Amino acid sequence: MRGWAGLVVWSVSAALSASAQVDFRRDVEPILTRRCVPCHNASLSQNGVRFDEREAALAGGYSGPVIVPGKPGESKLIQRVTSTKKGFMMPPAGPPLSPAEIGVLRTWIETGASWPAQENKAAPAATHAPVAEPRHWAFRPIRRPEPPDVVLRSWVRNPIDRFILNRLEREGIQPSPEAPKPVLLRRVTLDLTGLPPTPEEVRAFLADSRPDAYERAVERLLASPHYAEQRARAWLDVARYGDSDGLEKDLVRPYAWRWRNWVIEAFHRDMPFDQFTIEQLAGDLLPGATVEQRVATGFHRNTLTNREGGTDPAESRFEQLVNRVNTTATAWLGLTAGCAQCHDHKYDPLKQKEYYQLMAFFNRSEEVNIDAPMPGEFGEWMRRRPEYLARREALIREFDVEALQEEWEEKIRQAMDNPGKDPDWDFAVANNRPMLDRFEYLLRKGKKRRTERENEAVFYQFVNSPGPFKPDRDIDKLICLREFRRRLAALDREYPRLTQAMTMMELEEPPQTYIALKGDFRARGLPVEPDVPAWLPPLPKDAPRNRLTLARWLVSRENPLTARVVVNRIWQEFFGRGIVKTSEDFGAQGEPPTHPELLDWLASEFRDNGWSVKHIVRLIVTSSAYRQSSHVRRDLLEKDPENTLLARQSRLRLQAENIRDAALAAAGLLNTAIGGPSVRPPQPAGVAELGYAGSVKWVEDKGPARYRRGMYILFQRTAPYPMLMNFDAPDSFTSCARRRRSNSPLQALNLLNDPVFHEAAQALALRVLREAPPEARIDHAFLLALGRLPNGRERQRLEQFLSGQSAALAASPETARKLLPLAPGDAAWVGAAKALLNLEEFITRE
Amino acid sequence: MNEKEFHDLLCRRRFLREVACGIGMMGLADLLAAEGRTADTANPLAPKKPHFPGKAKNVIFMFMEGAPSQMDLYDPKPALQKYAGQPLPESMASQLRLAFTKKDARILPSPRQFRPYGQSGIEFSDYIPHIASCADDICLVRSMVTDAFNHHPGQALLFTGSIQLGRPTMGAWVLYGLGSESKNLPGFVVLSSGVGTSGGASNFSCGFLPSHYQGTLFRNSGDPILYLSNPPGVTPEVQRAALDLAGDLNREHMAETGDPEIASRIANYELAWRMQSAAPELADLSTEPQHIREMYGLDDPKTRQFATNCILARRLVERGVRFVLMMDASWDQHTYLNRDLKKNCDRTDKPAAALIKDLKQRGLLDSTLVVWGGEFGRTPIVEIRNTADPENAGRDHHPLAYSMWLAGGGIRGGQVVGKTDELGFSVAEDPVHVHDLQATILHCLGFDHTRLTFRHMGRDFRLTDVHGEVVKKMLA
Repeated sequence: MRGWAGLVVWSVSAALSASAQVDFRRDVEPILTRRCVPCHNASLSQNGVRFDEREAALAGGYSGPVIVPGKPGESKLIQRVTSTKKGFMMPPAGPPLSPAEIGVLRTWIETGASWPAQENKAAPAATHAPVAEPRHWAFRPIRRPEPPDVVLRSWVRNPIDRFILNRLEREGIQPSPEAPKPVLLRRVTLDLTGLPPTPEEVRAFLADSRPDAYERAVERLLASPHYAEQRARAWLDVARYGDSDGLEKDLVRPYAWRWRNWVIEAFHRDMPFDQFTIEQLAGDLLPGATVEQRVATGFHRNTLTNREGGTDPAESRFEQLVNRVNTTATAWLGLTAGCAQCHDHKYDPLKQKEYYQLMAFFNRSEEVNIDAPMPGEFGEWMRRRPEYLARREALIREFDVEALQEEWEEKIRQAMDNPGKDPDWDFAVANNRPMLDRFEYLLRKGKKRRTERENEAVFYQFVNSPGPFKPDRDIDKLICLREFRRRLAALDREYPRLTQAMTMMELEEPPQTYIALKGDFRARGLPVEPDVPAWLPPLPKDAPRNRLTLARWLVSRENPLTARVVVNRIWQEFFGRGIVKTSEDFGAQGEPPTHPELLDWLASEFRDNGWSVKHIVRLIVTSSAYRQSSHVRRDLLEKDPENTLLARQSRLRLQAENIRDAALAAAGLLNTAIGGPSVRPPQPAGVAELGYAGSVKWVEDKGPARYRRGMYILFQRTAPYPMLMNFDAPDSFTSCARRRRSNSPLQALNLLNDPVFHEAAQALALRVLREAPPEARIDHAFLLALGRLPNGRERQRLEQFLSGQSAALAASPETARKLLPLAPGDAAWVGAAKALLNLEEFITRE
Repeated sequence: MNEKEFHDLLCRRRFLREVACGIGMMGLADLLAAEGRTADTANPLAPKKPHFPGKAKNVIFMFMEGAPSQMDLYDPKPALQKYAGQPLPESMASQLRLAFTKKDARILPSPRQFRPYGQSGIEFSDYIPHIASCADDICLVRSMVTDAFNHHPGQALLFTGSIQLGRPTMGAWVLYGLGSESKNLPGFVVLSSGVGTSGGASNFSCGFLPSHYQGTLFRNSGDPILYLSNPPGVTPEVQRAALDLAGDLNREHMAETGDPEIASRIANYELAWRMQSAAPELADLSTEPQHIREMYGLDDPKTRQFATNCILARRLVERGVRFVLMMDASWDQHTYLNRDLKKNCDRTDKPAAALIKDLKQRGLLDSTLVVWGGEFGRTPIVEIRNTADPENAGRDHHPLAYSMWLAGGGIRGGQVVGKTDELGFSVAEDPVHVHDLQATILHCLGFDHTRLTFRHMGRDFRLTDVHGEVVKKMLA
């Protein structure tokens, strides 16, 4: 190392002594080549800077020119190599440039930074000539492969099986036999609807000897609204859906569910996935957009919102944009774009500049809440509206609130225009700004120019946060407002409200997007315009650069990623693992597909059949591959320990929500209502208190809402429902393409002792006692919980338990009464039911 | 191996497992290991070796949420008196990012009295005489720096290395790296006091690590661990009988399906059962002798809550729990700084110091790393919301310079690291960024922070993101 550095110094000083004139080839280029070009070249251009080529070097990087001919002081190159600040000085590794080397660079720039055209080197164009076919598999066009031939043709039910079996035959592995009928029904029912089959469904299926009994069951399930719920839940993961802001006060979003309803409805109608995409990303931009199409844009309202007083609105907005770009990239492109927020992607061709070009699509938009009434709401609302408004006006007059609000608005405007004059009002601005979306814009717009909705929003913001009135000074105002607030709340409770929806809209005057150097929104680099990455198919030439064009591009025939990424996630739901295991990463660092041709076949099948999700799901669940037994095979443990070849099905622990669903369903407690507002089932005291300064409140729902499906549990991001988190529900801060399936003692405690599950055990016990005669109870309990009958040993063990417990409880009637206020023999069933609901098999789809 | 041999093997395993139940589940893990399955199939929290032998085995992180005011506790700034009432020089004011205060706000001196303590002579404020009495065990860092100036992002940066939410937290990383020595308790335990924190559960989340690395919140009332007690009406006998039934049916089903995941599930039910007795024993402080109760201030209403958590932290560490996060809120004194900071100190100073001394007298301090601090610091300039009331004065958020301290495993006590400028506005010497603190904590535990990684979204993530350098000065 020392020798190398010495050599550079020697050659430079020798060069300098030979001539006062700096020669680019002899003096400058060697320094650049050794110390700069390794990180700044055609394939790796940190911060967009290149020193390997004349035009690129003089053009500069993401923050502008780095070489200003004639002005070394203004040249970033000199500023960087002379700095000693860590993280700023260049080069970042190895010894700093010597004074002699710096002198050479300085003199070179001072004398005009002449850079003679290349002579002996190949033309620079050759280094970045467009590559005809991308090297990485996922970026190549989707072609439709022919399903291969197989030997065991009788096993093949549809083309999926040819791809799977062909591979198995090449490896010399036999597929597994079909799973027994009860297992098959429980599997497909859980996979399609997230609910276990009822005993009636099991019996009917076992009794159905028609050759297409299974296909008939599949059709019945595909038509069920619960099918749509289960598909929607998977999409909510990707969409990082939550019911609260996610930061600090973590306010509940009372109408987040309105978008969730849209998703369920879309899956129920099997909305083509291209339309599903376009409406969620740009429904508001469709000609004559309907309310539902605007509701769909709630997809990108699932970002976090920071309402901490004093938050920098520019920073909050930037964080939301980052989240939107990253989520879009994960959901449709299977790309880990987040890396390029700070620098060019290290493994994939995504440049930092391209990241901000994607961001520019979203930077043209703003958040807006709209009226999105549910069927039947609007008529009643309209009918009572005049009366409501009259009473509210009277109330406002009675308390003379209008004048107070005017004063408040005026003071706020003054403080916004002249910060620093009055600390009290500065504080009011800082506190109000994060609480009401577009606060400054609405305040400046003024009452006369605002819409009725906007005026209403400002009015309520004022009423709830009327600013720095001080007890010693404004006691009358404070008392007056407090009373007014109380009366207004009472009045509001009397009248119906319109359901709201959180949506996106396009700004009339969109802000310019800049590259954020090193990902820091304060370090503004070069301006960029909306565009898609250059290494993917281009946008149509004349299309406007907006979200609608982006959405259409995502689902264009030419896009190689979307169809692959989406069918892979669908596949993952039915085999526990995608054809590409890393379903969130189709880039160079992701795992390659186990069955690349099958993936492409499915992708083309999806695209060419109207982007029908149901079509793909049907193909998968009716394949022989899907219907195999999930028993672990010794012969496969060494050959294929992760079961990537699919010579058997996999046993998969149910997802958090479905574990709750299964327990409530087996117990007969489940409320199967579809959609609507989120619910708060019982939760131990103290969980919500973890949230910021007691701002999170968990008011338990009473009545049927307690028993709704897991997907409707209100997701409070900073204090989530513990059962969901114990069983690996995503935190919903960022997009989640693949859940984990962990196994922990806290899960055991949860299922054993959570009052919700204890109640389910009691209800299951009661149900067994009520619904079956004594000799059939064990069978009935097994059917309810596991969808199958017990074998001899299981039956025997359960009988032994019941007789032992009956005797024990008979000796302790008080204990028995607490378990179930019936006879001790009956109370013993609570323990049996609890054991069944805690079986590994119960929380597993086999 | 043919089908019969396979079946025989399963039966043998089943038999052995049934036997193993009697001798405890670690036997099962050994058995699985002997059969070529790693022990962590049964217990992913089994102890693991770090990159090199670390001095610290456990961590107790006293997180003082909201940002304690460093110039009123740890970093004496007499010059504030000299410049009192003047605005900051323009060179400083231009660097400020403030939540509520304006850049031309006036300099606010600290009314606190500082004096040197111990042989090391480190200066502490009169609000924290007890912590000060541990001076010779403490490494006081006066040159902390962070990038965030709002609470939730600041806490995310401190605990996950990034202001974007969703990454694993420090406790989860440590548990992932080291596993846990405790067989009856979770390996990462969270204790809370005061009001809730901005970060909430995101301060002890496992992010994208498997969920068994998640922090487990010990609760202040009711069950110490959520769902620890049997439901009302279920006696231990009934519970045990149901567990045995489930265990037998699970084993029957494992013989049928051949899936070792079932063994793991059985092991977790047994661990849960052991936790049901171990956790109440842990939380029962009635066995603590009088002199210990007095030392922590357990019977003084003022200190009781924090003292309880400090004793619990010690008992957790004694039982092999790897990471204890104590969250105390709130130290966010925008207003009424003198009054409210005193309240906080009066609640926590004595118990925190007692924890250090108690660990030391039990020989546990050498292997336990204790950390005290918040997510950023506070401004040298005043924030005042009620101009009519001078007592109303407070300080705004300040990320450019603040103090934290460490003690115990791997740390050289009795020293100050870093210096701030005359006004305590920025760091003058040895800046320690949050990422450097994280790197140093991991170093004390035996990790090279650049190599403790987890692959997610195609990238090897780590606690220190792409930054961080071990602060050698802090090390013993």
